Amino acid sequence: MESKQPPDQAETAPRPDFYDLRLYVAGQTPNSIAAFANLKTICEQHLAGRYRIQVIDLLVDPQLAHGDQILAIPTLVRALPEPIKKIIGDLSNAERTLVGLDLRPRS
Amino acid sequence: MLAKCPTGIQGLDEVTDGGLPLGRPALVCGAAGCGKTLLAAEFLIRGAAQFGEPGVFFAFEETANELATNLASLGFDLPDLIDRRILIVDQVRVERSEIQETGEYDLEGLFIRIGYAIDSIGAKRVVLDTIEALFAGLSNEAILRSELRRLFAWLKTKGVTAVITGERGEGTLTRHGLEEYVSDCVILLDNRVENQVSTRRIRVVKYRGSTHGTNEYPFLIDQDGITVAPITGLTLEYKVSDERVSSGISRLDAMLGGKGYYRGSTILVSGTAGTGKSTLAAHFADACCRRGETCIYFAFEEARQQVVRNMRSVGMDLQPWIDQEKLRFVAARPSTYGIEMHLALMHREIMSARPSAVIVDPISPFLEIGTRNEVRTMLTRLIDSLKQQQITALCTNLVGPERMNEATECSVSSLMDTWILLREVESEGERNRGIYVLKSRGMPHSNQIREFRLTESGMEILDVYLGADGGVTGSARAAREAGEVMDRAARKQAVDRKRLIAERRTRALEAQIALLRVQIEAEEMAVAEAIEDEELSQSRTRRTREQMAGSRMGDSPRAPVRGPEADTTGGTA
Repeated sequence: MESKQPPDQAETAPRPDFYDLRLYVAGQTPNSIAAFANLKTICEQHLAGRYRIQVIDLLVDPQLAHGDQILAIPTLVRALPEPIKKIIGDLSNAERTLVGLDLRPRS
Repeated sequence: MLAKCPTGIQGLDEVTDGGLPLGRPALVCGAAGCGKTLLAAEFLIRGAAQFGEPGVFFAFEETANELATNLASLGFDLPDLIDRRILIVDQVRVERSEIQETGEYDLEGLFIRIGYAIDSIGAKRVVLDTIEALFAGLSNEAILRSELRRLFAWLKTKGVTAVITGERGEGTLTRHGLEEYVSDCVILLDNRVENQVSTRRIRVVKYRGSTHGTNEYPFLIDQDGITVAPITGLTLEYKVSDERVSSGISRLDAMLGGKGYYRGSTILVSGTAGTGKSTLAAHFADACCRRGETCIYFAFEEARQQVVRNMRSVGMDLQPWIDQEKLRFVAARPSTYGIEMHLALMHREIMSARPSAVIVDPISPFLEIGTRNEVRTMLTRLIDSLKQQQITALCTNLVGPERMNEATECSVSSLMDTWILLREVESEGERNRGIYVLKSRGMPHSNQIREFRLTESGMEILDVYLGADGGVTGSARAAREAGEVMDRAARKQAVDRKRLIAERRTRALEAQIALLRVQIEAEEMAVAEAIEDEELSQSRTRRTREQMAGSRMGDSPRAPVRGPEADTTGGTA
């Protein structure tokens, strides 16, 4: 993970279709690295220009695990748009990730 | 020796021989509603409040507020402990509908949360209630299982004593086989309904490296949390006292070797209806309070107020003792709980009040809710625990007129040190009450059946009245006594008369004796006079002879009686 800050912060005023994403990790584990990479790819493909990824390392900020009810690592939380969605795992299955983010209807 | 972590739960530490395995996870399993969460919470709360061991509660099923409310109803102030930073309640919510799974993951997030909570207050105890909720929220069972295995191993390295709860499964201890991972100590809770009465039971299924009670023990949940009924001592070992305590009735004490019951002994008072069993029990309670000791009266047939009123009618006022908190009444209907629940209840009362005497009035209704064997087991446990604490116990037992309960009595009586029988003696159209000591271990005791009356000043044991045909009671006794009074009077008269006659006779004889004495004196006087006369005449005769001889100038004659002037030196003829 090269950056904690998501690259695209052009949009400061949240649009209704703006995606605020938090990726919870615990150190640089293979799963976490894979998850971040997979997420980045998906966002660039489907949410270009309207997303923000915040990576939260629980080894650094363990107290943050409570708020989003984090158990599994890695966990991706879609904070916006509401309702909150959670996707756990390394996001290796792009289809399921898209379903989880409501970018694709459940089949 | 395995180090133990005391739970502080009454009775559980006895069953587990000291508590849960220190620094290891223990599994508490059971069906819904049998008290898993409460047991876990009490373990944690007592740890924090009593043993200075902060604790962390991870609730997977309830919210922190729900938990606080539930525990508040049992007398635990959760918010206070949380404010004092010796307890953390963290809710873990797993909602399957919110979660999409894709690819590999682990439960490091949960580890971090638990670890963070433990470290933030230096927790020594952890509860995970019920971690099986994870199985409902996450679909990848393979990952879950390996992560749970890792979790329990990790908890050990953290050095915390953990309680993991698990729902009971079909044919397995827990629905998801948690017992595979948590195998140091497994405790099973159960709540069975028999004869429409539910009883909670606890059993230590497994405890590695430690001895433990293996039976099912009833337990109780009430406003003080969990109480596990006392377990039967493995050995018959307890201190015995030589001290004696009064029964409250001095004449009964006299029947019991002169000093009353032994302290710490168990007394059975059995009798038919209306023979005064409760009165005898109340006398003992009263005597106990008079000595300044405390007593618990378990009333299973009458309300406290009724017992107090009834005892007033025999001149005993128990109310002051109740007001002074020397006497504590615990009244309950036998059918309210199962027999073991009663035991647990009584045990809890005894443990909290620590009385010097206990009255169970009566034990017979327990037969309605349990079998003979169950009643005996319960009483054995109760008596065992009372004897350990040197508490004197008096149990009353109602027996039918045909003594239908005799078998039970026999099975129970062997537990008793002293057995007093109250019986009615029916004769000549009345019913009177009799008391006798059937047995009393370790003391010489009276073998007589004594009549007693319930008077305005309490139970009064009457003098023994033995007629030719055994003891006599009631008005027969009164008649016999009256007859005896008359007899005595008649005999006295007869004696007086005899004495009079004798006195008269004596006087008459004495008079005769006096008369005779007078006669004797008269005789003696006559004799003396006669002798005097004779002497006079003799001396006169000699003088006459001497005069005659002098005149004849002859020598003096040899007088047969020498006269005073007789001269032996005179010339010979």
